[in-house]
Amino acid sequence: MSRDAQRPSKPLSYPLGKHHPERLHTPTGKTLEAMTFQAVLDGRVTAEDLRITAETLQLQAGIAESVGRTQLAGNFRRAGELTAVSDERILQIYNALRPGASTCDELLAIAKELEEQYGAKSSAALVREAASVYKRRGILSDSHG
Amino acid sequence: MANGPSHTESAPGRTKRKSLRTQLLEARPVNRDGFVDEWPEVGLVAMESDGDPRPSIRVESGVVVEMDGRLRAEFDFIDQFIADHAIDVATAEQSMAVPPDEVARRIVDARVPRAEVVALARGLTPARLLDVMKTMNVVEMMMGMQKMRARRTTSNQAHATSGRDNPLQIAADAAEGALRGFSELETTLGIVRYAPLAALGLLIGAQTGRPGVLTQCALEEATELELGMKGLTTYAETISVYGTEKVFVDGDDTPWSKAFLASAYASRGIKMRFTSGTGSEVQMGNAEGRSMLYLEIRCILIAKGAGVQGLQNGSISCIGVPGAVPSGIRAVLAENLVASTLDLECASGNDQSFSHSDMRRTARGLMQLLPGTDFVCSGYSSVPNSDNMFAGSNFDATDYDDWNVLQRDLKVDGGLRHVPEEEILAVREKAARALQAVFESFGFPPITDAEVEAVTYAHGSEDLPLRKVVEDLKAAQSMTERGITGLDVVKALEAQGFRDVAEAVFNMLRQRVTGDLLHTAAIMDAHGEPLSAVNDPNDYAGPGTGFRPTGARWEELKRLRYTTNANNPETTGGGQGPAVGTGGRVLTLDERGPATPGTRSDEVVVAVSPAFARFFTRTIVDVPLAEVLRTVLAGIEEEGVSARVVRVLSSADLAFIAHSGARLSGSGISVGLLARGTTMIHQRDLPRLSSLELFPQAPLLDLETFRKIGRNAARYAKGDAPEPVPVRNDFMARPRYQAKAAVLQLKETEFIEARRAPIELAVSFG
Repeated sequence: MSRDAQRPSKPLSYPLGKHHPERLHTPTGKTLEAMTFQAVLDGRVTAEDLRITAETLQLQAGIAESVGRTQLAGNFRRAGELTAVSDERILQIYNALRPGASTCDELLAIAKELEEQYGAKSSAALVREAASVYKRRGILSDSHG
Repeated sequence: MANGPSHTESAPGRTKRKSLRTQLLEARPVNRDGFVDEWPEVGLVAMESDGDPRPSIRVESGVVVEMDGRLRAEFDFIDQFIADHAIDVATAEQSMAVPPDEVARRIVDARVPRAEVVALARGLTPARLLDVMKTMNVVEMMMGMQKMRARRTTSNQAHATSGRDNPLQIAADAAEGALRGFSELETTLGIVRYAPLAALGLLIGAQTGRPGVLTQCALEEATELELGMKGLTTYAETISVYGTEKVFVDGDDTPWSKAFLASAYASRGIKMRFTSGTGSEVQMGNAEGRSMLYLEIRCILIAKGAGVQGLQNGSISCIGVPGAVPSGIRAVLAENLVASTLDLECASGNDQSFSHSDMRRTARGLMQLLPGTDFVCSGYSSVPNSDNMFAGSNFDATDYDDWNVLQRDLKVDGGLRHVPEEEILAVREKAARALQAVFESFGFPPITDAEVEAVTYAHGSEDLPLRKVVEDLKAAQSMTERGITGLDVVKALEAQGFRDVAEAVFNMLRQRVTGDLLHTAAIMDAHGEPLSAVNDPNDYAGPGTGFRPTGARWEELKRLRYTTNANNPETTGGGQGPAVGTGGRVLTLDERGPATPGTRSDEVVVAVSPAFARFFTRTIVDVPLAEVLRTVLAGIEEEGVSARVVRVLSSADLAFIAHSGARLSGSGISVGLLARGTTMIHQRDLPRLSSLELFPQAPLLDLETFRKIGRNAARYAKGDAPEPVPVRNDFMARPRYQAKAAVLQLKETEFIEARRAPIELAVSFG
């Protein structure tokens, strides 16, 4: 895995919200520092502002890795990919991954969608892996053969 | 083992008569718990079973090709997930070369740093981790937990639910729970459709009680995620994983669906942990002949492999199963320890009704309370268990004071503190008012002032007016349909004048932009900053190191509802005895100069202690000293004997006081009285440390007894030989009064004037 390319040279100090608020942004491009209570009162904060970004999850992955938490970092990276996916689609994909819920092709189509539409490589890999294991263990949907 | 006869008491041919003791034992609460003999073939065995696999590992080209005696082609999906995601292939063979007892020793040994053990454990298979646990007893496991827990600072989590799904009760109890010290609060429901209102009540209540407390609503996985996405909850916990493929599928999930869910939560900046626990597979009938702990270790490794930050385990909702078999509670501690050793946050159970026996449920709880875990309870019931919609917890709201005393006794931090009544009432009312205002703002069925007042003072849902459930459910539905979010809640609170609560809710939403709470064992500290295993890593390295209560926190833990304090010993002992009042009588003791020996043979001297009716006005059980003295004198006079009262100043020792009185008495008989009520009848000719009658247990002395003491003293003075005054024996007087008696005695000694002779007192009752 080419994690080194993504990793910042030196992990930032945790918690990021306290030590590096200038590095954190909302999906709408505002800085964390702009996310004040006054901004809420002024009507300058929307629900869309209160979400984490892929960039922030990358920074958090770097911190997790710096303290030896490889899998947690991997989860943060997958999560970074999924920030672009809508709430509704996330719930659909989760349901599709339940045992017996999908055919192999359906899962592979989801993997393709994740990869091509969202650039979600590691999430796509997880879904592909699921498809192959589900096939071997016989827990794919048989509705489409 | 499993097929042997069960051990019952009825041997054939014996008489049916049972001893009285057996009858008592049979009625003890512990015998209402269910116990079963082991049945390893179906997995009804805690952690020592021949059915568990032998540990092994083989890695080829960076892939695990054999694990615990199974070849890759035969892996079930759990084996494969663990092999491909949890086990570090680079170090596995090296780690597996370390014998299990050596791994256990490194877990226990304070000189081996936690990080070293975590690195070693990264390469261990489920069967090897099981073998490691099998070498350890519970004390060693607790030693291990103390070091392996991820976060240095311990904390606690509570359930806040309502037997009637009343969101107002959830809000008030969440506020109180937050104020008492819980770092996380979770709710769940009887009627699932109530969920949005319950989540709303919990969120507002928690942020009113203490800004920064995390909240969650336990629901079906997808629904739970939706609430989180809307910002109505701030963490998630009930993401169940299982130790056999069949049970996992029955639960309608796989390790991959759960791993995806873990990423989904993180992608929304929401803290999340998995849930598992011993006994679930055997309960669901598919344990594949493996021990409960072996299967649980597989669950823990699934959590590790999925990259989720933590796990709630410790049997959880199946506690009755490991609890029923030999060494089951040891296995429950072992599962917590394995989670911590694998560097996961551990919310360590103690969250389900476990035993009818207070002794047994406490012993079970000590396994986590003593070493400390990330969350000692993954659900202490902040409501009475009758209102607990998670089906009851090992500790509930009626146990708060016991818990506080245990923390103080043992100097351990179980996350809670005693809070004065006024503060509790204030946050309960404020939370209720805030929810009332938000309901009004959203156009939901009104919360009346009468409801607010009732919930402020309530213990459980039965103390509250009934709500119109159908109307509430419509409101819950509209909350979903209108897409009401956490931000809408912030605005409603602010508009209704609850600016501080609004800010607290907003800060929780803002946290998810940072992702700081996604890290291992994250909570919000008292200053509103994230505290996790990253900036608060457990650094335990033996005696004198690691987390232990100090400074302001220790001062906080010292406080209890009732303590006796030397500055004000008569008022701080509240609740420890019947309130007698002052009796309305004012006792005046005028000093009349040095006492002289009496000349009348029909007198009894009553000798009182230095602080009697000076500093002290009541006995240890709040009997007014005016009444005590009047009653003793009345008893003496009833027998036609006269009485004189003197104060002994040179000692606070009862024998000395009474003997001094006897030497001044014309009859040679005296009654000695300490302020706390301890009394003695003495005679001049006896050695000082002897006595005619001694009444050492002051708490048992009522006015009737004092009258009899006066009468008997008079009879001795007349030369009679009366029956000694009967005294009761109370074996609980010591735990209740011994320390207070010591404080009172120490206080009495402050009034000693060593060089002064006894003085004559003129007694008058106003």
